[in-house]
Amino acid sequence: MALLTCEDLSLGYEGKPILEHVSFRVEAGDYLCIVGENGSGKSTLMKTILGLRRPLHGKIYSENRTEAAGDRLKRSEIGYLPQQTLVQRDFPASVLEIVRSGCQGRQGLRPFYSKADKQLAMDNIHRMGLDDLTRRCYRDLSGGQQQRVLLARALCATRRLLLLDEPVSGLDPRVTAEMYQLIADLNRKEGVTIIMVSHDLGAALQYATHILHVGAHVWFGTREDYLKSRIGSSFLKQGGMQA
Amino acid sequence: MNLLIYLQRPFVQNALIVGVLISLCTALLGVTLVLRRFSFIGDGLSHVAFGAMTVAAVVGLTNDMVLVLPVTIVCAVLLLSVGQNAKVKGDASVAMISVGALAIGYLLMNLFPPSGRSNISGDVCTTLFGGTSILTLRSDEVTLSIILSVIVVLFFIFFYHKIFAITFDESFAGATGARTKLYNLFLAVVIAVVVVLAMNLVGSLLISALVVFPALSAMRIFKSFRSVTICAAVISVTCTVAGILSAAQFNTPVGSTIVVADIVVFAVFSLIGWITEK
Repeated sequence: MALLTCEDLSLGYEGKPILEHVSFRVEAGDYLCIVGENGSGKSTLMKTILGLRRPLHGKIYSENRTEAAGDRLKRSEIGYLPQQTLVQRDFPASVLEIVRSGCQGRQGLRPFYSKADKQLAMDNIHRMGLDDLTRRCYRDLSGGQQQRVLLARALCATRRLLLLDEPVSGLDPRVTAEMYQLIADLNRKEGVTIIMVSHDLGAALQYATHILHVGAHVWFGTREDYLKSRIGSSFLKQGGMQA
Repeated sequence: MNLLIYLQRPFVQNALIVGVLISLCTALLGVTLVLRRFSFIGDGLSHVAFGAMTVAAVVGLTNDMVLVLPVTIVCAVLLLSVGQNAKVKGDASVAMISVGALAIGYLLMNLFPPSGRSNISGDVCTTLFGGTSILTLRSDEVTLSIILSVIVVLFFIFFYHKIFAITFDESFAGATGARTKLYNLFLAVVIAVVVVLAMNLVGSLLISALVVFPALSAMRIFKSFRSVTICAAVISVTCTVAGILSAAQFNTPVGSTIVVADIVVFAVFSLIGWITEK
């Protein structure tokens, strides 16, 4: 059974579909990149997988479950790196506070963090190379450091499936490359399954094992097949990139 | 007047106790409200509370809390939880509800003047700017204020980490399993309660000051959520005590004196923040 299976999803707002007939499956250890033009519904699809929105139609299954449990994954299986919001830019919070908040999903009604949670936060801070910054204020960090903080937080929520929404937007080329490498290492060395929304096709093709192309035509398959497909090669040409 | 003699009077002690508790509540909630860009919600809700209060006066209720509290809670829930998806967006719906309630309240006051009250504009002015209502609390009002504020403070401590997670990143919190809708609902109820309580202290037009100033002052200097929260609480309580005492000393209105104290602290903290940044 795949880690995540989506069957004939239709997504949209107020009953009007913006994206239809999306079917794909993600196995443990995959690196799926969701590509498509602006406004094609990439972020909406992400929010649906996360359970923040309901699909108009179709089902989302997760592992060990034949019937969709409320059309979404079990929340504790998910780590999420959202796009930065306006609120976060000037937020007074230390790195430690933010990373620890990744453990919140498992808290239930417990008001305070356990020793294990605190240790997990420190481990992930170390993994993201943020040891020197734990007491620093989030708003004083560079864009790349902020993304690593949010990645550490996502890793506190899960070790299995990480969903990333445009993880490199607003970063300079060098930091972008570092970020991609960090994500690739998590995928290859630690076996974390990755689902990433990106408009950066070059990176998608460099690191991903599978591609989901959304838009008027939905295409899903391995990276190799995508390069050979008509939809893939025409999208590549539009982007001015060579396969 | 001698401050020591003044402090021995029971109504002053009541005012200080209630004032400290209320300003603690407004400061704690203020941090999350300011960060989530809901600064004006306190203002909007206080106008709703004003409207409800006039209705209570017109109907002739002796304990107006029975009406004011539920009405304000319902409006808070509408504004905070439903309002985000509604056709009329956040700030516009706050503006709509708040001026609407203000106008209707004043209209009702004039159409059906409560029996036995001749000085309508005096009454309105007291409700809007607090006047001396904090010094004339009845003992049941004092008890109610104390119970409600203690509940609010306990709520905040118990859900502190969840409030932080949702304030910082609502979609992450929701995606990883926090029940964000439920907490937003709780928060809306708590905000409504605090606003209604704070009306006694500073009056309905000045409540926003208690919500925004301590949080903003703390953010000038402190850089973690916990230190900002603690600092805002300390500032708010200090300013309220200073405000109540100097209002007595210089015979000024309590509400605006407290707010002026908050403004002074904000100016000082901004200056310190500006110097240390350089």
